[in-house]
Amino acid sequence: MRVSLFITCYNDTLFPETGKAVVKVLERLGHTVDFPAGQTCCGQMHWNTGYQEEALPLLPRFLKQFKDSEVIVSPSTSCVAMMKDHYPIMAERMKDPKITAEVAAILPKVWEFSQFLTQKLGLEDVGAYYPHRVTYHASCHGLRSMKLGDGPQRLLRAVRGIDLVEIENLEQCCGFGGTFAIKNAEVSSAMLAEKVRGVLNTRAEVVTGCDNSCLMHIGGALHRQRTGVRPVHLAEILAGEE
Amino acid sequence: MGTEVVAGGAREEMLRRIRAANGHATDDAAVVETQWNALPRGYKRAGTLGREAKLELLEERLRDYDASVTRARTGAVAAEIARILKERGKRRTVVPQGLAEALGEALPEGFEFVADEGMTTAELDGFEGVVTASTVAIAETGTIVLQNVPGQGRRAPTLVPDYHLCVVRAGDVVETVPEAMARLEATAKLATTFISGPSATADIEMTRIKGVHGPRFLDVILAE
Amino acid sequence: MSGAGLDPRTAPKFQVAARALVGDSQMRKNVRHATKVIQTKRARVVAEMPDWEELREAGKEIRQHTMRHLDFYLEQFERNCTAAGGHVHWARNAEEARQIVVGLVKASGADGKSPSEVIKIKSMTTEEIQLNKALEAAGIHAHETDLAELIIQLGHDQPSHIVVPALHKNRAQIREIFQREMHLPGSDFSNLGGTPQDLADAARRFLREKFLRVKTAVSGANFLVAETGGVCIVESEGNGRMCLTLPETLISVAGIDKVVPRFQDLEVMLQLLPRSATGERMNPYNSIWTGVDKTAAGDGPRTFHVVLMDNARTEILADKEARQTLHCIRCGACLNSCPVYQQTGGHAYGSVYAGPIGAILTPQLMEMHHAQSLPYASSLCGACYEVCPVKINIPEVLIHLRNRVVKQQSAGLNLLVNPEVMALKAVAMVFRSEGVFRASQKLGRLAELPLSRKDGQGVGWIEWMPGMLGGWSQVRDLRVMPKQTFRQWFEQREKARAKKAASDGN
Repeated sequence: MRVSLFITCYNDTLFPETGKAVVKVLERLGHTVDFPAGQTCCGQMHWNTGYQEEALPLLPRFLKQFKDSEVIVSPSTSCVAMMKDHYPIMAERMKDPKITAEVAAILPKVWEFSQFLTQKLGLEDVGAYYPHRVTYHASCHGLRSMKLGDGPQRLLRAVRGIDLVEIENLEQCCGFGGTFAIKNAEVSSAMLAEKVRGVLNTRAEVVTGCDNSCLMHIGGALHRQRTGVRPVHLAEILAGEE
Repeated sequence: MGTEVVAGGAREEMLRRIRAANGHATDDAAVVETQWNALPRGYKRAGTLGREAKLELLEERLRDYDASVTRARTGAVAAEIARILKERGKRRTVVPQGLAEALGEALPEGFEFVADEGMTTAELDGFEGVVTASTVAIAETGTIVLQNVPGQGRRAPTLVPDYHLCVVRAGDVVETVPEAMARLEATAKLATTFISGPSATADIEMTRIKGVHGPRFLDVILAE
Repeated sequence: MSGAGLDPRTAPKFQVAARALVGDSQMRKNVRHATKVIQTKRARVVAEMPDWEELREAGKEIRQHTMRHLDFYLEQFERNCTAAGGHVHWARNAEEARQIVVGLVKASGADGKSPSEVIKIKSMTTEEIQLNKALEAAGIHAHETDLAELIIQLGHDQPSHIVVPALHKNRAQIREIFQREMHLPGSDFSNLGGTPQDLADAARRFLREKFLRVKTAVSGANFLVAETGGVCIVESEGNGRMCLTLPETLISVAGIDKVVPRFQDLEVMLQLLPRSATGERMNPYNSIWTGVDKTAAGDGPRTFHVVLMDNARTEILADKEARQTLHCIRCGACLNSCPVYQQTGGHAYGSVYAGPIGAILTPQLMEMHHAQSLPYASSLCGACYEVCPVKINIPEVLIHLRNRVVKQQSAGLNLLVNPEVMALKAVAMVFRSEGVFRASQKLGRLAELPLSRKDGQGVGWIEWMPGMLGGWSQVRDLRVMPKQTFRQWFEQREKARAKKAASDGN
């Protein structure tokens, strides 16, 4: 299959290793990966913070960049949720029937990375090896909007050498919430403190997930506290080899 | 009065604002009815349990609320009332008018049953308890429904005394809330009280305790 | 006075109020305990309903249908309630509602004399309009009779939850309030026991005297049934029944959103509400009554008034995206499930409506003139939407209201004095062009350079950030941008591959 990668702006800039891992896993599974070069941002930050007019121009941009794609894979639950939940609303707002039609046509082709593996390809074992103690953080968008269920955990369980431990209060938000962590830093920090306690209680070496924004948030506190626990995107674990 | 004038203007303005917000005025009852009939009701309406399972469920749910439940055959209900009141040490209770007729049995001897004919609250406060029949009971939620009819009476007598003994006929037990509402529909305008266990509160540290104001003790006789 | 201090017009911003409350460890412990207990109970009784999703769907559809024909159903309710002997009043705003209620209370006394006391059932609507304060100003004391409201009232405190207003207080704190504030001739509350049962017994003693004596009651309403003109009130303790049944006059204040079309619709609401609100299959008492009973014995009050109140609800109705806010049945499940509420408790919201529903309802009740910080009091985790019994998509409404706030903030010259608005607008321009995006990736790496410090592995970390980003770096580090972006890596790889393919072809 020819997979178009939508890396998303923050993974592109801050977490290139995640993108490399996605490429590695997909190629290992026999797929080819292309990268539409004009891509930038899905619009989530602006849309969710209330700058909806500013987010609108990013929609036709996305449609143009990915118009020839067979499938579109993105290693970010919140960005994919943004697209699935809000692109139809944005299209409606733009009052352009062509955009509405294009959104309707393209959205079924958009997959979050883990979801692409488990639901589109029907895979659990992707041939990975990762000899570490790992706990999985379920991002809210993955859990509630994307309904990923235990898909990511099934992928992780199939990894050779892994010691997967479940975190307490799996369904509890880490407190990131995009600009929430800035605007309501104290409340966000209190939520984060609980999540970090949960991570530490698992005695895992690595906390993983399908969204680097939550991992950056949790990882930021893990680093500040010098815990030695590392945040690693799911793709990077699945890319692991012996 | 000034208030009346203001209120009159308020009514028209509020309705006008609602219509403006909706982009239309609704005045065709037939249209509303058609749309209401088309509302999705995919939830469970009719129960599926057999008679005995249904009664057992009601008993279980009532006990879950700290109510005590016993069963009595038709014709032996009065005797069960006597047994329970004796055990509870209740001698003087208030009863709604028409209770004996509703139960189909004379009330037991040896107790003072005083019929409510519009007693004051202070008078009701002097009774040790109240005995009533009931309109319908819902097994799934452990609920007993009382209405202002003979045998159940006004609302105050089942509220002010601290103890309530209630007789539920097995034939009046339904499984689901929708089944109960369907039964109540014809008499929907009567004063109606749903009772699910004795008065309770969880306002203090979410600890469920026998509550503050209604009867703190509820006994139920299931009459078959 | 309960509620009087929670005024969105004067309350501090959520961030500011929350900052202080997050430091109150006793309050947080109490809130945490209570929300956890209710959540667990709710989950259990919802799980035993295989048709829960169908009930939610029906609940949502009934509410939507009602709002679409709200004019019709309100008029129908008025007709039927009036025919049954009730009096219906209409109030455009809080001030009108207060005037009407105070007037009705004054007129309810025997021999034309105004009563000096009323008994009251817990009601969010009367809290919303700060009715107690208005009554007090007219020389009428309102006795709150719900246990939690009584705790709040006697403690000169504010409610912090829609359903369990005193959940931020523990038993020791409540005992102390009761000992200090309960005064009743012939009763001594000074050597009160400290168990919840002891405290409930004290409230029973304290309030029973009021129930037996006070002849005028004020309530809210859970549902108004248009088809019958009936009113439904859902409660636990029996204080509601006392107020609805024993007095001579009853005044019920209801938002216009409280109407349901038919009696049968209660079969949905009475399943959704108790399971969502308190985690019970059914709450101990539901009362449904219609007008007044005119028979000689008389069942309940001889005089019954309903005040239908707008107070910005029609404004909400006119907002296509946000009107679902009016579907709320005040169960409080969204508060219990909310990780933000769990940290701050209810007072941070500066409104009697706290938690996620408060975050969308309060600013709209203020017609967006106040409480603009509330739509941002959420991480958009979606837990509220998941538990909402009538499927209000609270995150969507939050985002929509944020947009309304941003529009206010960017209007005219505001734009130039608000650094956030300027920053986000600038970033938006960046994303509109790949070239600018690439350039700013480089620029960002330069900008963060002075803040970066290398750790033992040679990885750069930022431990302090300036200005509005400072909150982040109080407890979190931020890794610096890697030297190479993903797109640079990918392009390099493609080039190398192309070169290799070309040389292989030679």
